[in-house]
Amino acid sequence: MKDSIEKPEAEFQRKIDEGHHIEPKDWMPEKYRKTHIRQISQHAHSEIVGMLPEGNWITRAPTLRRKVALLAKVQDEAGHGLYLYSAAETLGITRDELVDQLHAGKAKYSSIFNYPTLTWADIGAIGWLVDGAAIINQVMLTRTSYGPYARAMVRICKEESFHQRQGYEIMLTLCRGTEVQKQMAQDALNRWWWPSLMMFGPTDAESTHTELSMKWKIKRKSNDELRQQFVDNTVPQADILGITIPDKDLKWNEKRGHYDFGEIDWEEFWNVVKGNGRCNKERLDTRRAAHENGAWVREAAARYAEKQSNKVLSEAN
Amino acid sequence: MTNKIYQYLLFIGDNTMILGHRLSELCGHGPSLETDIALTNISLDLFGQTRNYFQLAATLSKEDKTEDDIAFLRMEHEYRNVLLVEQPNRDFAYVIGRQFLYDCYHFLLLHELVNSNDEHIAAIAQKSLKEVTYHLDFSSEWIKRLGAGTDESHEKMQNAINYLYPYTGELPEETPIELEMKELGIGADLPAMKTDYYNRVHEVLKEATLDIPETNWFQSGGKKGVHSEHMGYILTQLQYMQRAYPNMSW
Repeated sequence: MKDSIEKPEAEFQRKIDEGHHIEPKDWMPEKYRKTHIRQISQHAHSEIVGMLPEGNWITRAPTLRRKVALLAKVQDEAGHGLYLYSAAETLGITRDELVDQLHAGKAKYSSIFNYPTLTWADIGAIGWLVDGAAIINQVMLTRTSYGPYARAMVRICKEESFHQRQGYEIMLTLCRGTEVQKQMAQDALNRWWWPSLMMFGPTDAESTHTELSMKWKIKRKSNDELRQQFVDNTVPQADILGITIPDKDLKWNEKRGHYDFGEIDWEEFWNVVKGNGRCNKERLDTRRAAHENGAWVREAAARYAEKQSNKVLSEAN
Repeated sequence: MTNKIYQYLLFIGDNTMILGHRLSELCGHGPSLETDIALTNISLDLFGQTRNYFQLAATLSKEDKTEDDIAFLRMEHEYRNVLLVEQPNRDFAYVIGRQFLYDCYHFLLLHELVNSNDEHIAAIAQKSLKEVTYHLDFSSEWIKRLGAGTDESHEKMQNAINYLYPYTGELPEETPIELEMKELGIGADLPAMKTDYYNRVHEVLKEATLDIPETNWFQSGGKKGVHSEHMGYILTQLQYMQRAYPNMSW
């Protein structure tokens, strides 16, 4: 009896250790399934909620070229949400259930989207920093053990790296522009820098999920490693822009071969996670309103499809 | 002459821009992810077309204008779009109704413009026609879905059509510039499209089990620059950056 329980688990771990993907029909521990539903749906929700802060600037984008690029970017996020909800559905849950969890406040999404976008430079800063941080996490996830998630990530990463370059290019244009534009870029960096570092989650010492996530190759690097990689990538980019990262403790550490950086304000982090960010309520209210206002449309489409298929059936008879 | 073609391009490009703007307001707020993506696609197509028209107009401009000067730096009365495309997104039925009533016209317009004597206009029309054929298909299908879906959707769709229908009268109206362009074989024959337009609109409405609104009165003014109260607010957002931070590169 003991064997029959241990066997699939051993087989499962062997596949992971040998670097094979776990596929939807494979046996998996319940905790692995639940962890993935949680992680993939949080990621999907982040894409969908993430449409709102940037969407805030679509109607005010400064040129037609920028407007089209921003629209296309926000649309890509809707597309990412769709693949990710589909990946989560392979684990035996529906998109409707997941969306209900979000709207009920039971599911989390990336806290970064609870910060407001106040100027056009925020659109540049989000692309550069927020997408830059997301990519570091997502490149790692292209090698995650769950097949549908890993494959979704490959596609998403390609688009995200394009978004990041687009964001950086907005920043570069601002920094080469007038003094007012440069100030706008600096102000955006000031506001988005620390929240971007928080995107990697609590420090390794505080993180509750890291150990099992590593064993199951859900994650392959710790929060602190990823955060360090982000800082190391980003500091030289800020130097090229000629704007200053708002951290007096930031300096190159020759011995470590990395940048040292200052202490993150974890009180702020946990406050935003708990719902006290500037835009938590507004973001969720907006998502709920879109969903509720669309209910009659979804019902009509379902009813119409049903009528059409009845018509085809009765014509066939 | 080039000035008149420039003026003519505004009639076409302002419609695509303002309708694209209205759709862009919905990005992230659609009734489902799929419709959100589809409406954003249409908005992207319309802005792409707008850029083509305004880039062409910029080459004809005597004052060395850019596409963005044309898009963002005019006074309200200088915009030539019809009142229909300014109408707000009251609910999804209004969005679909506005889209359908415009798509039907847009499709017929482009069908004419592919034969324009101006090769640039003909080329833009050729490219745009493929996109607009899809837009018309999308909006016609949704008119049917909402018209023949549930009682609630039928009522909402009917209300939207009743509200928007009086704004269609302006579409085939011909201004002096449009008349002149028609006579030169550059522009479309708008009055000649009128019967076909209403036949097509009515056919879809009937299939959607919707009533054709009985009205003898049509609104007009947009083409002459006399817009609705909505237009000022659209421009407030559209022009915000260019007005607040003039003469900068973005």
